[in-house]
Amino acid sequence: MNDLSNVIEITTATHPGMVRSHNEDSISADAATGLAVLADGMGGYNAGEVASGIAVAMISAELKKALAAANGELDAAAVERLVGEHAVRANNAIFQAAQNQAQYAGMGTTLVVALWHDNSLVVGHIGDSRLYRFRDNKLEQVTRDHSLLQEQIDSGLITKAQARHSQNKNLVTRAVGIDPEVETEVHSYPVQAGDIYLLCSDGLNDMVTDEDMELTLASLQANLPLAAAQLVQQANDNGGRDNVSVILARVLKSFPARSGLVDRLKSWFR
Amino acid sequence: MAKLILSLEGSMIREVALDKERIMIGRKPSNEIQIENLAVSGEHACIVTILNDSFLEDMGSTNGTLVNGNPIKKHILQNNDVIEIGKYKLKYVAEAPAAGHGNEDFEKTMILRAPSKAAAAAPKPANEPAPPPKPSTPPPTPRSVPPPAKPAEPAPASASASVPASAPAPAAVAPAKPADAQPLAAVQILSGPSAGKELDLVKNLTTLGKPGLQVAVITRRPQGYFITHVEGAKFPIINGKMIDAQAQPLQDHDVIELAGVKMEFFVKQ
Repeated sequence: MNDLSNVIEITTATHPGMVRSHNEDSISADAATGLAVLADGMGGYNAGEVASGIAVAMISAELKKALAAANGELDAAAVERLVGEHAVRANNAIFQAAQNQAQYAGMGTTLVVALWHDNSLVVGHIGDSRLYRFRDNKLEQVTRDHSLLQEQIDSGLITKAQARHSQNKNLVTRAVGIDPEVETEVHSYPVQAGDIYLLCSDGLNDMVTDEDMELTLASLQANLPLAAAQLVQQANDNGGRDNVSVILARVLKSFPARSGLVDRLKSWFR
Repeated sequence: MAKLILSLEGSMIREVALDKERIMIGRKPSNEIQIENLAVSGEHACIVTILNDSFLEDMGSTNGTLVNGNPIKKHILQNNDVIEIGKYKLKYVAEAPAAGHGNEDFEKTMILRAPSKAAAAAPKPANEPAPPPKPSTPPPTPRSVPPPAKPAEPAPASASASVPASAPAPAAVAPAKPADAQPLAAVQILSGPSAGKELDLVKNLTTLGKPGLQVAVITRRPQGYFITHVEGAKFPIINGKMIDAQAQPLQDHDVIELAGVKMEFFVKQ
């Protein structure tokens, strides 16, 4: 497997916000594997962080194992399948835990997984946690929320501008661990050197406008940890009504998977 | 539950609770809110209520529908919006949060489930806490919501169980912009070729310096203005003293030294 630690620079930040007493978000990032996972848990008592914790721990550990076992011999479709499969496994684990232990009944979590592989980015998501791409000083939302609000926007009932005033921001239509089955939305995107990817929980994008996120990344792209801290701080300065988590990943150079004999020879002579 | 207060020339006529998923307003008797006035179209406007949101739509009326003085076709109603239809006014009042109930519980992320999937779920343990009360009104099925693109997808309108109908609607909350409350500040260049130039700090973030050499950022926050080092081996110097990696609050007339250029921070007005 390719070690991507010289290719991808990752920084993370998470904060309970100004209102909530505990943090139900879970995050994990591993530059060497080229993997970032973010989950925003829900459910009473502490069940939310249990659900998001299970999802992040399982997916990051097992995807890493599966990728190492495949030794870089995976095509894009296989990687997409892998991401979907591991989301399903996490779903089963959380659903079973919720069934078997009364205090976990009804727990669930959103999920966004980003996996960099062979010059592309595989993104899997469930719920309303997002992935954005910052390229050429423009911020673009890559994932589409699985939420009531997004469906209202899609159906033309309300505009994106009006959506900021909706009372129904918090209703997701898909989540991990709620039902025995879940469908993960998985897509691949070509990656360019210089891209910055932002994974976040809704505690960020509900409190900070896309324009302010874009300005922050444009101004502070030279210092990724500062940019992440600044995004969290802005969410909190605007009220911090929810837990807020941010993963920022910068692609430093291209990262083709070495597979052909010629490539192997080249690397041997390097 | 949200309601409308119908009034004419300042005197209240009646109150209408938005207890139905779709409420029509117009001159004909078939409307839930009938206004017998020639300036009002037969079917003038309608209000579709989905959970805590109410959407007002003009039905192609002859004389139009105004909200807070502006003509609209479609509008998501906010607390205290005033709808004008002819000489009549309808004030939209969202339900006040019940005492002792913070917004916090309500705002937590919740799942909307399709009934079919929910039914397929294995039976829950007996000692499970009572499920949240079902909505007292039948699940909304607004006609104006076309089915979502993918048929496999649960239609949002068929929401069941997991949505607490008893939860209070929080007051409308657009993200606050407390930073705007800060007085305008600026930096004036004191040395170098651009000496004398002034830069207003109109954005929440303003970067200063030379990219690749030394850059700092001034952030505008509810607590005031702060300067933070972004890149470069050297850190900014404030009033002759080098700052560390932490954000440093800026006081009126502080002198900043950055990439060999001196500048002064000052509050305008």
